[in-house]
Order: sequence, then C-alpha cells, then structure tokens
Amino acid sequence: MKPRLWQEALVHMALVAAVCFALYPVLWVVSLALSPSGTPSPHALPLPDAVSLDNFRAVVGSRDHAGHWLFAQQLLSSVVVSVATAVTSVAIATPAAYALARFRFVGERAGMRVLLATQMFPGVATAVPLYVILDTLRLLDTRAGLVLVYSTTALPFAVFQLRGAFEAIPKDLEEAAMVDGATRWQAFTKVVLPAARPAIAVTCLFAFMSSWNEFILAATFLSRETAFTLPVALQRYVGEYNASWGKFAAGAVIVSAPVMAIFYAVQRHLVGGLTAGSVKG
Amino acid sequence: MAALTLRGIRKTLGQNTILRGIDLAIGDGELAVLVGPSGCGKSTLLRTVAGLEEPDEGTLLLGDRDVTRAPPRDRDIAMVFQSYALYPHLTVRDNIAFGLRLRNTDEAEIRRRVDDVAKSLGIEKLLDRYPRDMSGGQRQRVAMGRAVARRPQVFLFDEPLSNLDAALRAQVRIEIKRLHQSIGATMLYVTHDQVEAMTLADRLVVLNGGRVEQQGPPLDVYHRPDTRFVAGFLGSPSMNFLAATARGARLEAKDLRVTAGDRVQLSDGAPVTVGVRPHDVTPTTADDAMFTLRVEVVEAMGFEAYAHGVVGDVPFIARLDGERALPKPGERLPLSVSREALHLFNPETGASLAR
Repeated sequence: MKPRLWQEALVHMALVAAVCFALYPVLWVVSLALSPSGTPSPHALPLPDAVSLDNFRAVVGSRDHAGHWLFAQQLLSSVVVSVATAVTSVAIATPAAYALARFRFVGERAGMRVLLATQMFPGVATAVPLYVILDTLRLLDTRAGLVLVYSTTALPFAVFQLRGAFEAIPKDLEEAAMVDGATRWQAFTKVVLPAARPAIAVTCLFAFMSSWNEFILAATFLSRETAFTLPVALQRYVGEYNASWGKFAAGAVIVSAPVMAIFYAVQRHLVGGLTAGSVKG
Repeated sequence: MAALTLRGIRKTLGQNTILRGIDLAIGDGELAVLVGPSGCGKSTLLRTVAGLEEPDEGTLLLGDRDVTRAPPRDRDIAMVFQSYALYPHLTVRDNIAFGLRLRNTDEAEIRRRVDDVAKSLGIEKLLDRYPRDMSGGQRQRVAMGRAVARRPQVFLFDEPLSNLDAALRAQVRIEIKRLHQSIGATMLYVTHDQVEAMTLADRLVVLNGGRVEQQGPPLDVYHRPDTRFVAGFLGSPSMNFLAATARGARLEAKDLRVTAGDRVQLSDGAPVTVGVRPHDVTPTTADDAMFTLRVEVVEAMGFEAYAHGVVGDVPFIARLDGERALPKPGERLPLSVSREALHLFNPETGASLAR
C-alpha cells in the first residue's frame, strides 16, 4: 500500500528533526573551529562571528619547546598505532575465527564464551593491571605497548565478526577446492579468504577506528608529548587553567576527517559486511 | 579414465550408521546413478569416493590404485556440487582454470582447455563474468565445465539438477548424457529423482538404509525389481501393492482374483503381496476382472487419465487411456493385467517371489 501524503510528511519531519539533533553539536564544533576568538558563540545558531583558519594553522603547526613538529609526530603516532592494531588483531583473529567456524574441538564453546565475557568489561577497568604489565615489559610510553593493548581489546570483536563471516561461506566451496586439487591451506588462502574479503576489510576498519579514537588508555600509558596519539594531544588544548576551545574544535575536526572520509568511501561494503557477519554470527 | 571399485565400505557418523557395507564395481566409462530416498546414504557414499569423508571400513580402488585414505587432491576426481560451489571471487574463466592452476598446468594449455570446454558447453560469452551475475542454468554449466577441464579419471555429480526449474532440468540432463557419450568418462551420479536416474544411467544402483538394494541396467531394475522397496521406489505413480492369500495357483483377496501361474510355488494359504504398476492395468469385462477398482477420483490429462480409488479397501491407482470414455466416481471398474506385469513379493521380507 502506498503511504498517504500526510504520513510521508510526518515521517520526513521526524527524520529532519533527528538529523538536526545529530548534526547540531557537529556544526557547533565546526563553527567553533572557524571562529578566531575561539569562544563559544552566545547565539543558539552555530554560526562563527568571523571565519578564519587560524585555529587549524595553530594546531597543525604546533611545536614543542625543542622545536619538534609535534602535530606531525602525533599524527604519525596515531596512524602507526591504528594501522598496526588493525593488522595485528585481524591477522590473529582470522585463523582463530576460521577454526571456531569450521572445526569442532574441545574448548570451542568455552573459548567463545570467554571471548564474549571480555566484551562485558569497560576498557578502563583493565587500565591499572595493564599499566603494571606494560611497566614490567618496559613498554610504557611506547607505540608498541599501545598496539599490544589495543590489539587484545579489538581481538574478541574481530573474532566474532569474522567467525560469522566464515560461517556464512558455504563449506562446499572449500570442498570443491580440495577436490579440485587444493590442500586445506590452499583452500583457505585461495577460496575462503578472498570470499571473506569484505568482512575482513570491515573488521580491519573497526579495529582501526577503535584505536584511532581511543583516549583513556592512551592518556594513561603515554606521557611523552611526541608519542601522543591525536586524541590525547587534543585533550591538552582544554586544560584546567586555560581552555583553547577554538584549537580543540579545530583538532577535533582534523581527527574526525579521515574516519569520516573512510566511512564515506566504504559505506556500501560496510553495510554488506555487517549483515554478512551478523546474519549467522 | 578408470574403473571405480568399492569393497565393503562402512561409515558411521556419530550415532548413525550411514553406510552398511557397500560393494560396487563401476566399469571404465560407465555412468552409474545412485538413487534412493533421503537418508539412504547416497550422498555420503559419493563424498567418500571424493575423499571428503573417510570410510570406517572398506577399500576404494581407482583403477587398481588404492585411494581409500588418499586426500581428495590425490584422487584425480572431479565433482559437481548441488550448490555448484563456484568460487564467488573468480570469473568463470578463473573458476574453470582453478584446478589446472593448482596443478601448475602451462598457462597456454589452460587457456586452450578453458576455451574448448566453454565452447562445448556454450558458455564462451560468460567467461569474463562472475558467478553472481549468472542464472542457475549458466552456473550449472560452469560447474560442469570446471569438472571437464581437468580431465579427471572419474566425475562425481551430487544432485546437480535439483536447483534448476523443470524445463532447464530436462535440458541439462540431456547435456550431461551427451557429455558422457562424447568423453566416455566414468561417472557416478547421485539423485533422488527417478526420471534422472532412469534416463541417465548405464547402471542404476538403488540404495536403501545404507545398503545396495539392487543394481543393474535401469530397465532391468524397473521391470524386474528384486524387492518391494525397489518396485515401489521406481515408477511414477508408484506401484500398487495388495495383500492376497494363495489358493492353489490363484491369489485371492477382496476384489482381487489373479492366477500366479507356474512362476511361483506357493503353499495353500500363504500370504503374498501383489504388486501392479498403474500403467500395466487395462479395463476389461466384469467376467475377466482380476481386480475391481471402486473409483473415487479421476484425473484426466488428455492423452491419459488416472483413476484413483480402492481395491478391497487398499488405495489403488490405474492409468487409463485418455481418449476412451472415463469412469465416473463411485463406479466399479473391472481391470486386468498381463501375467508378466504381475509382481509378487514375500510380505515379510519384501523379497520378490517371481524368480
């Protein structure tokens, strides 16, 4: 049945309201980032009093006392940590998820439950023990330490996501490959992995984003300014005694931009990958 | 090409015994069809031959090579799956070439073989497409092409037509038959569709409960079933079975009176199951009647008609000539059957009494 005009109008009004609700804070941040005064506008509408890129220039050009280009180092830090986290967690999760999806073995169900259980604790709860562990391993204040922590956090979700994806791939495909002359390993690498590529890409993206955006653990484990990831660097603009809201907002826009760009580029696969994983997951 | 020999194959999955000692010898170039109801073990048997399941007991010979414990890749067998199992990330060309590449075949040779196969199956125009962009019939052909290109010793087909619509099924069935005639390969074909089984097979193997119930040329099996199960399984509509009692050379029951003739010796009073195919009966006069069918429903199809009803109180179907006057519901229809078309079974064992 075709919806009536007033029904459609009602739905659209609700949608417009929802979009405004979601976009308002974002617009506010953008407007703040563009305002040279760097103070929140007293008006309800998020319009900057004057438009300038000074805040962006200040954030991007930031240097420390020794003259190191801080922003570049922190950006590099964020990229290295996020990429390494994505690669590490997916590299470990892929064979694990495949085994959980295809083989029946002792501890299979218990293993899944333990993985699930780890998802129930907030990340902060583990901050103190992780601090102690990293300290013992002499990995505090290093990118490697952060990658280690992030990978272990991203791993359970990655395993879940990929197990669902592997279960959705018909067993026939592997059997066909083996009859065609493949070993089990070849069937995995030449047939299963390519078939699971969208799901693997999505899982990578999730791991990347979770570490790109993570703040609390990074702020706990990092103390060298040059090793900071961007969210930690960002927070430094809003201190206890002095709040540069304009720079903070400009930094927030810079940090969000790559994630938004990636999302926009892969959104089609993202939705497909999510359902592929969740239907049987 | 090679002969395929199975000796005493047994297989248990969990609590269920699927195969209870299968002996089968399929000749070089023979097309054997495994047929049976679901759960009879036909697919498991096929998967055992492919190496996807390992038998608990028994021997599997390919030619004179023992491949019982060999992994699938070392058997030189190709299989066409019910789901086609085309690799979704590869084009048709790469799907067909997959097995050849794994065997490090020369690229020029691969190209030549893929082109040959594509031409013979009429899929040249599809070579650059992906499986998702093709219809069921096209995928089916690609799956066959993938098997053919490898030139294996034995082809296995696991219900390859069951996902196609009726018209396409008839067409591909003929293509498989043609393929078999042109390359003369040893083929093992699993189906639950008796039309496929009857039309394709050089040798029909009827499985039931994990055992070979009967095997032989399809028409032999159809005309001379060893057991009541085989008799009832082959033929559509299936054979009518009536319980009767021997009285001398005659078999009697309510609305039934037939002469067994000299083919069987029955003691007086012995119970017998009488089997008659719906296609073997002809209307006759009340005096010559061997069965009397009380008609309940008549299905007229034009050139033929099926009269459904009861003989005595047992359901019975008779095929009638559609051009003649058809009986009305409630009418009593006298029927006779030629003696050769009369099947007699031991009611307890189900074994045929006719030979």
